[in-house]
Amino acid sequence: MTTSGGWLARALRSGNFLIGAALSGTLALTALVSLFWTPKSATAISIPHRLTQPSGEFPLGTDHFGRDVLSMLMVGAQNSILVGVVAVGIGATLGIALGALASARRGWVEEVVMRLTDFSFAFPAILSAIMLTAILGPGTVNSIIAIGIFNIPLFARVTRGSANAIWAREFILAARAAGKGAFRITLEHVLPNIASVLIVQATIQFALAILAEAGLSYLGLGTQPPQPSWGRMLNEAQTMMFLAPRLAVFPGIAIALAVLGLNLLGDGLRDLFDPKLARKR
Amino acid sequence: MRAKLSIIAALTLLAGVGAAQTRDTLVIGFQQEPTGLDPTLDSTAAIETIVAQNIVETLVQMDERGQVKPALATGWTITADGLTYAFKIRDNRKFHNGRKLDSSDVKFSFERAMAPDSTNPNKRIFANIATVATPSPTEVVLTLKTPDSLLLFNLTNAKAGVWAKETVETNKVTPVGSGPYKFGRRVTGDRIVLVRNDDHPDAKSVRLREVSYKFIQDPNASVAALLSGDLDAFPNMPAPEMLKQFERNAQFKVAVGTTEGEVILAIHNGKAPFNDVRVRRAIAHAIDRKALIEGAMFGYGTPIGSHFPPHNPNYVDLTGMYPLDLAKAKALLAEAGHPNGFEASLKLPPFPYARRSGEVIASQLGAIGIKIKIEPVEWAQWIGPVFRESQFDLTIVAHVQPYDLDNYTKQPYYYNYNSPDFTKLWGEILQATDPAKQGELFKRAQRKVAEDAVNGFLFQLPQLGVYRAGLEGYWLSSPGAAAPLAQLRWTR
Repeated sequence: MTTSGGWLARALRSGNFLIGAALSGTLALTALVSLFWTPKSATAISIPHRLTQPSGEFPLGTDHFGRDVLSMLMVGAQNSILVGVVAVGIGATLGIALGALASARRGWVEEVVMRLTDFSFAFPAILSAIMLTAILGPGTVNSIIAIGIFNIPLFARVTRGSANAIWAREFILAARAAGKGAFRITLEHVLPNIASVLIVQATIQFALAILAEAGLSYLGLGTQPPQPSWGRMLNEAQTMMFLAPRLAVFPGIAIALAVLGLNLLGDGLRDLFDPKLARKR
Repeated sequence: MRAKLSIIAALTLLAGVGAAQTRDTLVIGFQQEPTGLDPTLDSTAAIETIVAQNIVETLVQMDERGQVKPALATGWTITADGLTYAFKIRDNRKFHNGRKLDSSDVKFSFERAMAPDSTNPNKRIFANIATVATPSPTEVVLTLKTPDSLLLFNLTNAKAGVWAKETVETNKVTPVGSGPYKFGRRVTGDRIVLVRNDDHPDAKSVRLREVSYKFIQDPNASVAALLSGDLDAFPNMPAPEMLKQFERNAQFKVAVGTTEGEVILAIHNGKAPFNDVRVRRAIAHAIDRKALIEGAMFGYGTPIGSHFPPHNPNYVDLTGMYPLDLAKAKALLAEAGHPNGFEASLKLPPFPYARRSGEVIASQLGAIGIKIKIEPVEWAQWIGPVFRESQFDLTIVAHVQPYDLDNYTKQPYYYNYNSPDFTKLWGEILQATDPAKQGELFKRAQRKVAEDAVNGFLFQLPQLGVYRAGLEGYWLSSPGAAAPLAQLRWTR
């Protein structure tokens, strides 16, 4: 086992982890700050200031309604994080529970759960999210539910796969011999041992959730006006590509950086958690 | 090298000449695809635009300035009491199925619209017709129950078109009329193609052999289609900000005209809290039309204060009736029992003018405490639940029919305005035979709906068209929803 000092030292040496953590940290910090303060209101329409170039007053300029693009991006970060956290939360909670159940019970329970996840994988995730929001109606909450639901089978599959490996280990046999039930073994031995895999998975799913929300909002199914959303900003900028290309560039960069940051963070975490990689270094 | 160049030059010239001689087709871009093509079933404006004056002919038709002109009828006489209209109709028309059109077809079409089970969206106009008589194959006499000074106007509409009785059931899919163009084919979701009717007496002066209406919902895609040559015209650009790039492009002409479309913030007058006139007036005081037109329409559009187009000679400017005054708006809300405002939903059909205006309106109403929840809806969800079933609080839409101020007499109608005074006033307008008196009454009617603040009156929808240079004969403005194809031609 490595000590916590070794862990930190390795973290500091990992470029992926550092860049990922910096970008994700910026994203989280921006969202946090925007809860209390933005340079201007992100929703207040001010027609006299429409489509102004970036300036001291509006660092990234304004959109066609005269809203401050920087403030909209900041509040949009909030929106992305909210969607990411809640959607991944829904997916992880239900998915891990199902996966752990399948792994603990095996037999027909595992068959049913895994065939259901196979079934849901047959549909492209974003398409099922579009279908769900079309049925439930557009909006942030419904897009969170839709993204959350398509996360469930992913977590179920990863949990079951990793948990099955743990269930085959000797210490589980020992726990069984000591008379512990399947539920206690899952909680006390299985989940702690697969936590690292799940955290990595959650980080990557978080990035995908942000991307999915932007996609849904771009299609008009996600966050509704006036609440700012990166995807909708992109959508609204489309027709103004020739007039003010920056309106599409800035939210595009924001989405790209957020997704890149979370992916790098996920990669970095995987490297750190992986004992094989740790020994090699 | 020189020889090579001259060959290229010659080839280019040849190609140019060839194109000039053979260019007799046109592809027009539309945003909204109509579900069917029968205007007697569905009031969707796109149907009227495609069908009116092109496929179906009417007794009278409108010109570009909104004046009534002879069409199937060569002339008409009206008795002094305004109750009898005698039309003399042409005997040189054939339906697209080859059968000759005569007065019995007019009688059939009108009586079909008058029938109790008629589905005609303008059924009310026909309800006032007592009898349709046909003294001879070229004469039609309409007898009215009460005088209707707008009858001729209303007869210009494709809903009063003259249809062949043997094909009337299939008009939704393959409309058969007597116009200069006939239905060619339809590729659902993509295009509707009309072809020249060579049996039409005016066919020789009709230059374009084939005209396609291509449906492109996404404004960007329509711009790309224009630039790439897939489209020759987009008579109603949905995104005003896109005109700028065409203004700089010599290959295109940008045409800014007006339409009959009054963009209104429709208010459900039958529902609390909007059934209180003070609430509706508060809304009127909170709307800043100038900012709205600037923000939502990039400055294109004329503010209106009532449900009447500014280009009409009887227009009266009522935009000053409810000046922008947030304090007064809040006071009116408080007086009506909503000192802290209230929550309301705003359903927006998928037109960019509506979606954008919706965001600006939501922000403007937010300033007086009315918290708006924006709900974008698809066209079918608008026509159904909102328009037919009145399930809405607020919505934004353009009313494109001429003289659609008469909607305010309709019972029931989606915004649920019910004023016996207005209905009486409209009755007087219909009976007024003197144009000056009628004009005065029109002004009173505009004032009445503005005083009752029935709806939020926003702006007159501009017609923002982009046409490939060399195309001529199109209308800059749309006095009705008609856009005749017969005069279109390529000059190069």
